[in-house]
Amino acid sequence: MGHNNFFNQALSEWMKASGPESDIVISSRIRLARNLQCLPFPILASNEHSIETLNRIKVLLDSEDLNEISTFELLLLDEMNDLSKRVLVEKHLISPALANESRNGAVILSENESISIMVNEEDHLRIQILHPGFQIKEAWDLCNQIDDIFESQLDYAYDEKRGYLTSCPTNVGTGIRASVMMHLPALVLTQQISRILSAISQVGLVVRGLYGEGSEATGNLFQISNQITLGQSEDDIIDNLYSVARQIVEHERAAREKLLSESKMRTLDRVNRSYGILAHAMIIDSKEASQRLSDVRLGVDLGLLTQTNAQALNELTVMTQPGYLQQYAGEALSPDERDLRRAELIRSRLAQH
Amino acid sequence: MQCQECGKKVATLHFTKIINGEKSEVHFCDGCAREKGEMIPGTANGFSIHNLISGLLDFDPQSQSTLNSTSKPTLHCEECGLSYAQFSKIGRFGCSSCYTSFSDRLDPLLRRVHGNIVHVGKVPRRSGSDIQAKREVDRLKKELKDCIEQEEFETAASIRDQIRQLEGKK
Repeated sequence: MGHNNFFNQALSEWMKASGPESDIVISSRIRLARNLQCLPFPILASNEHSIETLNRIKVLLDSEDLNEISTFELLLLDEMNDLSKRVLVEKHLISPALANESRNGAVILSENESISIMVNEEDHLRIQILHPGFQIKEAWDLCNQIDDIFESQLDYAYDEKRGYLTSCPTNVGTGIRASVMMHLPALVLTQQISRILSAISQVGLVVRGLYGEGSEATGNLFQISNQITLGQSEDDIIDNLYSVARQIVEHERAAREKLLSESKMRTLDRVNRSYGILAHAMIIDSKEASQRLSDVRLGVDLGLLTQTNAQALNELTVMTQPGYLQQYAGEALSPDERDLRRAELIRSRLAQH
Repeated sequence: MQCQECGKKVATLHFTKIINGEKSEVHFCDGCAREKGEMIPGTANGFSIHNLISGLLDFDPQSQSTLNSTSKPTLHCEECGLSYAQFSKIGRFGCSSCYTSFSDRLDPLLRRVHGNIVHVGKVPRRSGSDIQAKREVDRLKKELKDCIEQEEFETAASIRDQIRQLEGKK
């Protein structure tokens, strides 16, 4: 494995496998926040402190238990250019905070990019698992296992009363953030989404856009995750998210049925129109691209469009992001140039199928 | 509507926050909102969870008045030196000892954020085996009580033995 794949392949290996309910649940993610004893949190850490943190964690790369799970590679953020960092952010392998603000930040990536362990982010350690489709429990099992491996060699900052201590009080306790990325075009089209989203916020869950905190929900992609980390067990948190997401899947399915039975022509028109634009546009901005890609994905999922497939669309979702587009072009591009390149890339990809 | 800050321009940013049923509204013009870096979604500074926490911490009227007075000693973390005022500004702790240093003030904050103040989830395997045993005993004691209430004495007896065994191990 050369680590070039991390930067050159838009679609992580793990995304190529399809998971349960993957027509609606794009991916499932677990993130655990952990800190080491006797070292200040990254926000107050000196250069020496953060190097010490990295050194302590690096030792785990030789752990037999860890290597049984996958081979891993350590990448130092200081050795990456801005474009490469941005590509990893767009693939959800690192957070914007690690890319832009960390001191001696690093990421440990598994071969298929399903496991990403960030060092010196807001917390010393952020263990992240990404699985395709609706596999939140499976993701937790793996994350839990990796956490145990790290804990077998590292002394975590843990308090009997408060649990795992984190830099931000919103993560203390379990340190867990479980989330599912859902594609909900039919709920948006049938105007049920705001009702559902406000119901979600009442059961201790939050909704965000494709790129997490502060990002807009473009392309009808919604990231739903737990808000509360203290006073509930990991299993309860995951069960809660699981059952809410399961219900949203049912609602989305019902809404898709409704689109087919009550406004099939309109839906056909919409998905084909969007396909036409993607297949022929010469200039397209990222917002329009993600909306059109969402329409086409809906068409594919409903069996209305056969010219392309879900994997190609997942790939395009990442490829049309600004960072990847520039990485692909091999140079920095102005927003106008990006819109040209984006349109070109989409046209050529769609023509391949 | 006029901007509540400068009172001159028309307010273009309206933000309502509801915390525990208490509603408060702010109305700013573009310029004032940017200047203040207010916690309003959509402004250049954005709206982050850290701003929100600072907002939560500000609820104590006393803490606002102490910002400018030097007479009162400020609370500091003994380990990393972070002051409580700094914490409430950035919304993040400096080290794990901050949790102990600021423990008196944390319960209201954590209750607001999580609705809870005590961790019930995972316990580290290696370093937390004592805690794990203690939790198990607590759980069994609860179960024992339930069994006695429901007059399931045989089960109760076996649970009692389990508790004795666990406590004996210590």
